[in-house]
Amino acid sequence: MTRTRKPGMSRRATLAMMGAGAATFAMPWVARAQAKTIKIGMPTILSGRVAQLGTSSRNAVMLEIEKVNAAGGLAGRTIEMVIRDSKGQPQEAARVARELVNTDGCEILIDAEASSGAFAVHEVARDLGVLCLHTNSETSALTADPKQHIPNAFRTARQGVHDSIVGGSYAAAIAKAKGLKKWATCSPDYAYGRDTTGEYVTYLKRFAPDIEIISESWPKLFQPDYTEVVTKILQAKPQALYSCLWGGDLTSYIDQANIYALFSQMEVFAVNMADYTALTVVKNLPKGIHSGNRYIKTYPATPENAAWGDAYKAKYNEYPTNWSWENATAIMLLAEASKKANSADGKKIAEALRGLKIKSPFGADGTVTMRAEDQTLVGYAIGWGTTIPQEPYVPQVQAGDWKTIFELEAEWKKSKGYT
Amino acid sequence: MDLDALTGCLASSACLVTQTTSGFIIGMLLFLVAVGLTLIFGVLKVVNFSHGAFYMFGAYFAMTAYQLSGSFALAMLCGAAGTAILGLIFERVFMSRVYGADVLMQLLVCYAFVLIFDDVVRMIWGPEFKSMGMPAAFQVAPLFIAGGVVPPYYLLLIGVALAAAMILGLGLARTRIGKVIRAAAHNPGMVSALGINTGLIYGGVFALGGMLAGLAGALAAPVRSLTPGMGFSVLIESFIVTVIGGMGSILGALIGAILIGMIRSFGSLGFPLFTEGLMYLFMVIVLVSRPTGLFGKEVA
Repeated sequence: MTRTRKPGMSRRATLAMMGAGAATFAMPWVARAQAKTIKIGMPTILSGRVAQLGTSSRNAVMLEIEKVNAAGGLAGRTIEMVIRDSKGQPQEAARVARELVNTDGCEILIDAEASSGAFAVHEVARDLGVLCLHTNSETSALTADPKQHIPNAFRTARQGVHDSIVGGSYAAAIAKAKGLKKWATCSPDYAYGRDTTGEYVTYLKRFAPDIEIISESWPKLFQPDYTEVVTKILQAKPQALYSCLWGGDLTSYIDQANIYALFSQMEVFAVNMADYTALTVVKNLPKGIHSGNRYIKTYPATPENAAWGDAYKAKYNEYPTNWSWENATAIMLLAEASKKANSADGKKIAEALRGLKIKSPFGADGTVTMRAEDQTLVGYAIGWGTTIPQEPYVPQVQAGDWKTIFELEAEWKKSKGYT
Repeated sequence: MDLDALTGCLASSACLVTQTTSGFIIGMLLFLVAVGLTLIFGVLKVVNFSHGAFYMFGAYFAMTAYQLSGSFALAMLCGAAGTAILGLIFERVFMSRVYGADVLMQLLVCYAFVLIFDDVVRMIWGPEFKSMGMPAAFQVAPLFIAGGVVPPYYLLLIGVALAAAMILGLGLARTRIGKVIRAAAHNPGMVSALGINTGLIYGGVFALGGMLAGLAGALAAPVRSLTPGMGFSVLIESFIVTVIGGMGSILGALIGAILIGMIRSFGSLGFPLFTEGLMYLFMVIVLVSRPTGLFGKEVA
């Protein structure tokens, strides 16, 4: 004889369900965390000559997200990154950003684009109202120009004008000491190259008014051959050269200028030299190139910065880049803002981000601040020094003074009609 | 426009030497790529749009060989030989199937391989740019000739490219194999009827073209950053050289490359914001006055 079961739930199943229900009501955040993750979309450049921008941005983001998720995520919601390749094309960056929000359901954007793409993603953020953190664009206008301002977009990258104020005053002191009056410039022919060079020259002349620019070269972005540019500079016979070439363009330029002995004929100031992307790739790094700090684990010379650089190296078998620290800072700020707001909601996080000061391995005084007035990062370590061909590459960095940066930046904004 | 700088340079022997050498360096690298392109077109009648990839592979092969052996000569050899083998395989397996096909089909196949080759490089060597570094033998002070600056490495580069041009020119004009290649370019049916394996000739010519582009990449590796996709910009300039010189003409490729090199070198002084434009403008002028290029022949 077989037993037949009565329809309905067994006593055991009913008890289990009641138990689960009780646990859910007792700990609502557990239920939400299990039920829903929070997606963060990230358009970036993962292919082409500047793929390193995207890969090192992604690496840094993933490194920090592991820590945030281990600590409970954003207000209890586990972060899931959705990272897409924009191929460095602004229209593709905008399309990808829109798709990340509308189709993939991303609630926050980390815009890890270069300057051209950043402005395109900014317009998407303006249109959709989604919280957006720009992490790589250093073109000053992105946050300095009030016309660009939207309450839901922030920037955690350096800013060209900050670099130029510190670089200009550093170079002017050397120019005065060594009598370097004739200068040449050689920078890539696009928004970042033109803007940053213009700002640098402005501050160089402000601190050393008798300086004269006798030659300008504007090679196109990703130009393979710089021979004609190198020989043009040699013909002009300047005493000093400024360049904001970066990445593969900078290393090509150095390799080609090296065999013309250009570096022994003039003082060279290359703002983007002191980054592992260039320092470790150039095989015959000339001694004594002046550079702004980008990312080096020895500046700021703190155990926190060294530990962060080593942790990144241990995980990815290469040193971080300038883009890495900028992206890591975005996640650190998001996590702290979410904690402060006790929410993962974009609007509440944005509210908490304004004026937020956090501890940071990359801070000039161990902290960085998301300045409320223009929603851009300030207080990061910024300085200039000279290179040597081996570790620590820039043994002594002269720190920029943020008080001076703030004063001159305010003047600059006024002169631009930004205030 | 800075005509003062240009006229000042033309009046100075030091500047003339430096800028002329600079023009030759740019031109000779372009020549090595363009001559392969023009040779393949002349014999196989295929516009090999994937040709820049061989330049890229040559650079990567040379860098790897140099990192493993420390020998610059071996690096150059690997760059050239590696791309010759790659060219042969590519021609036999893929390109030989689209001979006689519509030009659009050939272009699409070649473009597909441009993307495939870029991804292959990305998978093997990674997406980041690389640098081979200048061999110790050439890390020396530049030469000063009549006050002009000339790096010794660039003299080697110019010498190798000129030697390649001479060997190629004489080989095609004077040797039996050269005559067979020229005959195959002119009348492949007749060559085949004479019992000569045209498939072998086509494969050999493609391998030779690939080898020359690979040699250019290997020679460029110590002074240019290596990155997936690096062949594309060289390809465009090589096309300009080929079109100016005349499709299929080796002498045309040489003269066209030198002219483009000089335009870039002296143009950067006189027309710093229009150097690229100057190159295209020159191409337009040549094509308007001689639609087949400077040394091209009318197609019957």
